[in-house]
Amino acid sequence: MNGTTNGQGPAVELAGVVKRFGDRSGTEVTAVDHIDLTITDGEFFSLLGPSGCGKTTTLRMVAGLELPTAGSIRIHGEEMGLRPPNKRPVNTVFQSYALFPHMTVAANVGFGLEMRKVPASERKDLIDWAIDLVEMGSMAHRKPTQLSGGQQQRVALARALVNRPEVLLLDEPLGALDLKLRQQMQFELKNLQREVGITFVYVTHDQEEAVTMSDRIGVMHEGRLLQVDTPEAIYERPTTRFVADFIGQTNFLEATVASGEEVVLANGDRLRLSSDQPAGSSVAVTVRPERLTVHRRGEAPTDRHCVEGRVETVTYLGNAVVYGIGVDWMHLEVRCPATLAGDRRDVGDDVTVSFEPDHAAVVTG
Amino acid sequence: MPVEAPPGDAQELEDTTEVATLGLEHQAERAKARQGFLLGLPTIVYLLIFFVAPLGFVVAYSFATRTSTGRTELRDFNLDAYARLGDDIIMTVAWRSLWMAVLATLICLVLAYPLAYFISTRSPAVRNMLLVAVMIPFWSNFLIRTYAWRVLLDSDGLVTQGLELLGLGDGRILFTSNAVILGLVYGYLPFMVLPLYAAIERVDWSLVEGARDLYASGWAAFRRVVWPLSRPGVIAGSMLVFVPSFGAYVTPAILGGNKEGLLGSYIVLQFLSARNGPVGSAVSVVVLGVMLVSTLIYFRAGGKNL
Repeated sequence: MNGTTNGQGPAVELAGVVKRFGDRSGTEVTAVDHIDLTITDGEFFSLLGPSGCGKTTTLRMVAGLELPTAGSIRIHGEEMGLRPPNKRPVNTVFQSYALFPHMTVAANVGFGLEMRKVPASERKDLIDWAIDLVEMGSMAHRKPTQLSGGQQQRVALARALVNRPEVLLLDEPLGALDLKLRQQMQFELKNLQREVGITFVYVTHDQEEAVTMSDRIGVMHEGRLLQVDTPEAIYERPTTRFVADFIGQTNFLEATVASGEEVVLANGDRLRLSSDQPAGSSVAVTVRPERLTVHRRGEAPTDRHCVEGRVETVTYLGNAVVYGIGVDWMHLEVRCPATLAGDRRDVGDDVTVSFEPDHAAVVTG
Repeated sequence: MPVEAPPGDAQELEDTTEVATLGLEHQAERAKARQGFLLGLPTIVYLLIFFVAPLGFVVAYSFATRTSTGRTELRDFNLDAYARLGDDIIMTVAWRSLWMAVLATLICLVLAYPLAYFISTRSPAVRNMLLVAVMIPFWSNFLIRTYAWRVLLDSDGLVTQGLELLGLGDGRILFTSNAVILGLVYGYLPFMVLPLYAAIERVDWSLVEGARDLYASGWAAFRRVVWPLSRPGVIAGSMLVFVPSFGAYVTPAILGGNKEGLLGSYIVLQFLSARNGPVGSAVSVVVLGVMLVSTLIYFRAGGKNL
């Protein structure tokens, strides 16, 4: 039957995928630049990156809405090549939802089944199952325009899931929702994915969203896939400056690689950190603000790496205090759990900032 | 209220102010309404004199009496003219007009939809160029353009000769109902293209992608998504072609040769040759009624957003 595979191999496999868009004047833009990526069955995978990084184009190529300029896209081992979208075992939840305005919720959800010629008797049960899954049972006979954004979002999800696709593609589906609803939907989406066991490929520019929901994240920038890893590894062990900066806040300490096991900071301090860069190349050491600790000058423990500086700003955030600390060769940001005012450092205090070498990572770029 | 307040005085003042404001407000509203009316007045007068009054005459004439000399006199109002509407000749002409209008509308729809679809899927620059191209015929007079067809369709005209070369047709196009249909389609095609374009252009393309993603073939996506969503344009275009085709006079007169009369020419015939004002008026009133009903159907079908 059209739109299924025999289920062998990884859920999605991209090899050397390139997409160039040409405009009338003949200039070409490379939207996706040689992407290799393997997504395993049942995974919640996020493609994360700023707008224009090529993540949506990548997703659309998997869906068949865009054809790759070069490279191979396989779903469960089967080459998708130039297959039209209606013959691929995937379904998409669009950013704009793309619900059919002239059809009821039930008709929208049943559309894919109808197109696949699922008998009407079976269709009804499946539609009911999907609508119940997203808790929209009471709205089955409404038109999309009579629904709120969050409700439309659920219908779009049901409309895709009812077909039991081998891979569900989600293109910033929560982008149009307000913060509170978005957070609730993140939670529900993750649960839903666990419940139905379908591979999710999720495109977002929201790093928090990606970190909370995903099993693995692929960070994209300017058409390239910079790093693919678990949310924790992406956060704790970024390999490029862009990834470190894009996921959460961080400090960069300029450094030079001394050997495979050691880097030299700009102030001459040596730090035992492994790096795969050749000796002499300039890199940066990244340390998250919450991995830094502020001590009174001279009170820092000796087993940690220390940098001396002076408090320049103190920002009270309620649950945390952020210190801006001037070191003579750079500026550091330190985030501490909030302490009582008496225990806080003040602007102008001479302090020592310390961190464990384990909490730092060498990044390039 | 504080007791120290000057008794009566302040209260009174407050009341009068309120009353005064109320009055001013009404006056301002009335002045505004008057202003709007004055602005519209010239047009209202124009329409009363040249549209409402003649229409009233037509309606009145349709109930009037025809004297033995063929004059129409506004007395002894009766339904004689309407009783004649069932006559074979009138029914034949009416059915023929209806059939021609329906056929012209359908042909326009079949020709215009792919064109409108093509235009609305071009880049904005190309789109505007093509839309201007569709409207170019309006730059010259309708009558002149219809006469031009007479030259083309003449027995030694370009079209006729061409068809004969291809072995099609017997050289007789002009003064047939085919020529009339051709003339109607030619004249009213832009009126079909433009609303169709407006409707198709408004269809959200991501809906088509959504349908394709949900296993719809290109054709199924069109049939289930684009077509139903462009229906307001289909209805609007059909109205704009059907209504003038149904009462067409110039095109059948020039290209049809009046051998097979249509309602338009029948009405003219009643007034000028048969000197039967009441019957001519009654037919006019019925034609107007049909158009009114079609227009109402159009509005009912949600075409008002055009």
